[in-house]
Amino acid sequence: MTETTLKTIFGRLGWESFPIHEPILFGTFIVVALLGVAIVGAVTWFRLWGYLWKEWFTSVDHKKIGIMYIILGIIMLLRGFADALMMRAQQAIAFGANEGYLPAHHYDQIFTAHGTIMIFFVAIPLVVGLINFVMPLQIGARDVAFPFLNNLSFWLTAAGAVLTMTSLFIGEFARTGWLSYAPLAELSYSPDTGVDYYLWSLQIAGVGTTLSAINMVATIIKMRAPGMTMMKLPVFCWTALCSNVLAIAIFPALTAAFFLLMLDRYVGTNFFTNELGGAPMMYWNMVWIWGHPEVYVLVLPAFGIYSEITSTFTGKRLFGYTSMVYATVVITILSYLVWLHHFFTMGAGPAVNSFFGIATMVISIPTGAKIFNWLFTMYRGDIRFELPMQWVVAFMLTFVVGGMTGVLLAIPPADFVLHNSLFLVAHFHNVIIGGVVFGLFAGIVYWFPKAFGFKLDPFWGKVAFWGWVVGYWVAWTPIYVVGLMGTARRIRHFDDPSFQPYFVIAAIGALIILVGILGFVMSIVMGFVKREELRDTTGDPWDGRTLEWSTSSPPPAYNFAFLPVVHDLDAWYDMKARGYERPEGDFRPIHMPKNTGTGVILAGLSLALGFGMVWYMWWLAALSFIGLLAVAIGHTFNLKRDTFIPAAEVAATERARQPLIVGA
Amino acid sequence: MTDHVTDAPGAAITWHHLDPDDHDHGGGATVLGFWIYLMSDALIFASLFAMFGVVSTSYAGGPVPRQIFDLPLVALNTALLLASSITFGQAMPHMEAGRIGPTRLWLAVTGLLGAAFVGIELYEFSHLIAEGAGPQRSAFLSAFFTLVGTHGAHVTVGLIWIATMLIQIGQHGLTGEMRRRVMCLSMFWHFLDIIWIGVFNFVYLYGVIR
Amino acid sequence: MPSPDSSLMRRAAGLPLLALSLLLGGCDMVVMNPTGDVAYQQRNLILFSVGVMLLIIVPVMVLTVLFAYRYRRGNPNKIYDPSFDHSTTLELVIWSCPLLIIIALSAVTWTSTHLLDPFRPLERLAPGVPVPPDAKPLNVQVVALDWKWLFIYPDLGIATVNELALPVNVPVRFSITSTDQFNTFYAPTLAGMIYAMPTMRSELNAVLNKPGESWGYSGNYTGRGYSDMRFKLRGVEGANFDRWVADVKAVGSGLELSTLVELIKPSEKVPVMHFATVQDGLFDRAVNRCIEPGKPCMIDIMRQDMQASGGHPHHSHPAPAMPPGREAEPLTGAKPKPALQKAPDEKGTSPNVTKPVAPEPPGQTKPGDARNRDQSAIEPHPVTGARRAGQA
Repeated sequence: MTETTLKTIFGRLGWESFPIHEPILFGTFIVVALLGVAIVGAVTWFRLWGYLWKEWFTSVDHKKIGIMYIILGIIMLLRGFADALMMRAQQAIAFGANEGYLPAHHYDQIFTAHGTIMIFFVAIPLVVGLINFVMPLQIGARDVAFPFLNNLSFWLTAAGAVLTMTSLFIGEFARTGWLSYAPLAELSYSPDTGVDYYLWSLQIAGVGTTLSAINMVATIIKMRAPGMTMMKLPVFCWTALCSNVLAIAIFPALTAAFFLLMLDRYVGTNFFTNELGGAPMMYWNMVWIWGHPEVYVLVLPAFGIYSEITSTFTGKRLFGYTSMVYATVVITILSYLVWLHHFFTMGAGPAVNSFFGIATMVISIPTGAKIFNWLFTMYRGDIRFELPMQWVVAFMLTFVVGGMTGVLLAIPPADFVLHNSLFLVAHFHNVIIGGVVFGLFAGIVYWFPKAFGFKLDPFWGKVAFWGWVVGYWVAWTPIYVVGLMGTARRIRHFDDPSFQPYFVIAAIGALIILVGILGFVMSIVMGFVKREELRDTTGDPWDGRTLEWSTSSPPPAYNFAFLPVVHDLDAWYDMKARGYERPEGDFRPIHMPKNTGTGVILAGLSLALGFGMVWYMWWLAALSFIGLLAVAIGHTFNLKRDTFIPAAEVAATERARQPLIVGA
Repeated sequence: MTDHVTDAPGAAITWHHLDPDDHDHGGGATVLGFWIYLMSDALIFASLFAMFGVVSTSYAGGPVPRQIFDLPLVALNTALLLASSITFGQAMPHMEAGRIGPTRLWLAVTGLLGAAFVGIELYEFSHLIAEGAGPQRSAFLSAFFTLVGTHGAHVTVGLIWIATMLIQIGQHGLTGEMRRRVMCLSMFWHFLDIIWIGVFNFVYLYGVIR
Repeated sequence: MPSPDSSLMRRAAGLPLLALSLLLGGCDMVVMNPTGDVAYQQRNLILFSVGVMLLIIVPVMVLTVLFAYRYRRGNPNKIYDPSFDHSTTLELVIWSCPLLIIIALSAVTWTSTHLLDPFRPLERLAPGVPVPPDAKPLNVQVVALDWKWLFIYPDLGIATVNELALPVNVPVRFSITSTDQFNTFYAPTLAGMIYAMPTMRSELNAVLNKPGESWGYSGNYTGRGYSDMRFKLRGVEGANFDRWVADVKAVGSGLELSTLVELIKPSEKVPVMHFATVQDGLFDRAVNRCIEPGKPCMIDIMRQDMQASGGHPHHSHPAPAMPPGREAEPLTGAKPKPALQKAPDEKGTSPNVTKPVAPEPPGQTKPGDARNRDQSAIEPHPVTGARRAGQA
């Protein structure tokens, strides 16, 4: 075959695109390949493909989709954390004559991949997964507003994650930092596949996130149980609502920025170039109009989780529910007005800088009020220090420090010395680990028994807790210090040996966090092994207060045989307190959506489209695009999307789970 | 302290919604969800408008608006798109009344007007590129082609949707599901009209008079 | 059973403090101990704000631990009041406390942001020492290149690479730009940082109060050579500074446009260079992206754009200043062909070139290869006593 034919078929993909010469990547590839073969083999051996396809991949059940999101997030957490360990190791040894073990070419990919993966493929899937699982149960609904869309959203996110992971073994990932700032990400400076992988992965996943956000907002607005007015909505649902409204408002800016950067790279336009009138600064504005609110998209649901847990484990209604709701809404609105604080040092002028600085500080008022609300929920409570509550206390002690350094960075003249230093990096890890990650772990431990019917292993849960909390402080306190020593971020190699002890301590901290992560994985494994001992037979293992605890663990496909009628905030607590009796007959057929494989197919085609565009295989891109259109249109011709669960089946299910439920 | 129990004690409390479950997935939620989608799409256009605003005078020594914009042609195009919104408006009462034939007819007319709009836009683009005023020439032209082109791509999607609806209404008649889809399509179509009014004023008219 | 949970909580509270005291022993936190008056004021602002915020942070942390301990289930002496979920007085307090602190900080923010604006000429050299009315600031033009810092002293007619020597107690006015990337000029001991951006000119006014050496960094990631893109910041006292200038001038090499064309090519770990003379207008050429011969200056194009947009409405020929399309030129070479225009043979390959650390010194691979901006260090100019910038 001629060279031209080969290039037409394979684009810029060649043998040299595979990292067979790099021991770290090659070793990783062997391990991943062996694991993959083992998993595929096991699934085939146990004849699980049919089960997985019918019950999970094509499922439109919000609970299963939520669980799949969380599994995706945990897998990607392992990848992102492996990157973190490699960075910590490099920075701990690369001093003076020692260049460390990572060349710039590799190190720069690692910190880019770490940031990208942790935000887009760990934090977002975990948050969306928890919202997906919990929110419909909490509002007493049987599903979300658009069940098929929910499945599609998940698979698009997964397709983005797969495309990012592909870059590990075929070609390379971006070396531009997690937001791929222009003009560095332009074709002139980053001509290889890295930035293309970045753009297509995030664009595909971003469509999924936007669709999911629309779905969640419509669900909360339209599908609440009778009697559940907005001011009787559980706080977690309020934060989910605000978070998703925010996501809808910000993702378009990111989509547009990435779209324009793609045009620059593929069509040769001049949006963010240095030449021909391009305006690179516009890219910074657009990504940060997305980027800052994104922090709140992640942290608001975490705040909701803390609220639910605090209320449950103190045996009290949340202190200041109304002000909590207003604080959430105020944060949602304000978060849109602060993006410029990410580049005070571009010199926008003192009036502009002060405006954005003060707007940023103002956010700390509702946030502070929230902290006080949790504090006074604990006051005169009867606190059970089960694992979720321990996470809450660790969060409160960790997060306030991050909040303080955040306000510090919001003061422009202070930012002029601290910006882009490791102090800044320590700050955002402080709020994201201390705020979002702790909250996600608290939420997973809290709702795990609802999803699977047994609790996580408490010993390994404690290992995970202490590993994360101690590890966080050991890893990030020294980074605050080197930040104050004037060290910029993303540096691969240092000359000043006085930094080294701090980086060594930080690396030790990362290893302690590793213990925490392994402890978490073990708590799932050991929980499964000891599931009979840890079984939740009641549906309400923590003496909960909201509606998800009123059904069995795990809930039936239809969640509730009868839609509950809500009379009070903390509806389930109210039902328990007033002698609620579960109906034992008179069941009706239940209308439910049918499973569909269209989501998987569309996401697979998107993946092929992205891969074809990254590697310049235009035929593959064109075919997948036509396929996407055809399948999407074809899907609209299928009108038989619903099914009824017959009353007899509902009755049988209810009778079977009756002994498993408290109440009656 | 708040009241914890809102109902009088002793009164019978309804705990369950016992009406036959006609809970339709996506009923009222579809229109709301589609409306939210349109808002997010509007924000994409807002970003593109903002980008255009920032680089609208970055001609890089290349052509400027008054040299390349053919206002009469653009005015014709605007008229076509506005007319297509009116014809879509004609289809809606027929749809409400369940008259399949007139609904399909007006939808088809709307589609033809939309196709003419896209055709003229493609002609304009090819003409500009042939003159050397393509999207690579300057940031201004990049933003112009992207903003107008993105709108054109949306109209094209609308055309595919109209074609699909013509077939599906033929297959199923004006069922509730079909009405809901035509309703969303009409929101989409009018939305594109509004965006175009912004493009016409902000890009073409303001470009030529400034 | 003695509650293990409460002791866990106590330990959790103690950890950060323990870690802090372990870590802070004997490190040189330059941000907290600066040598320039602007950085000194920024330091004071940081200390003040942290102090104000601790007024609320410390009570919150103490109360968290206290409540967690006192209201634990195992404590028989606690009050359990499940109906305590609202108190207007408390709500007022918890909203107004943060509000008051933010009002205080906002006032400080507003004034300090204006006073410490990098574009604002200095009013004082040190606390209580106003700038003498006849003092002329020293101008320094900074160009962030890939990956080294070029400092032009237009008043003195010299230039340096990766070494910034400043006279002590003399106000300095930096004009800052960049050739390709958004970079950050970061001098933590002097005045913090400001972005260096292509086609734009930033300004920074600062003064150094103590003689001595410290490091300045590139603060914003710009690609491969970023880590080692740093400069020696030297505070030099009056007469010594003149001697340093004379030393630089004594060395033969000069910075001409042709030298700059070579210098802007990407290179890493560039040793300190001195240039005895400097051609006029190089900084303006860098801002306007007309360093290579034949490239039009941005400012001329903009002027022409302004005339064209006010020109005759039926004049329909594209203006001739720049060649159309992608042939229009960037700072060096031509704009790359966009992906969709590439013929199959032009696609090239995108190999994975991530390799283990090579034995040869970095920056020596594939000279002139445009891919990955992997260019080697250019030939260092013969400067007597030049040290590699990476070595203290």
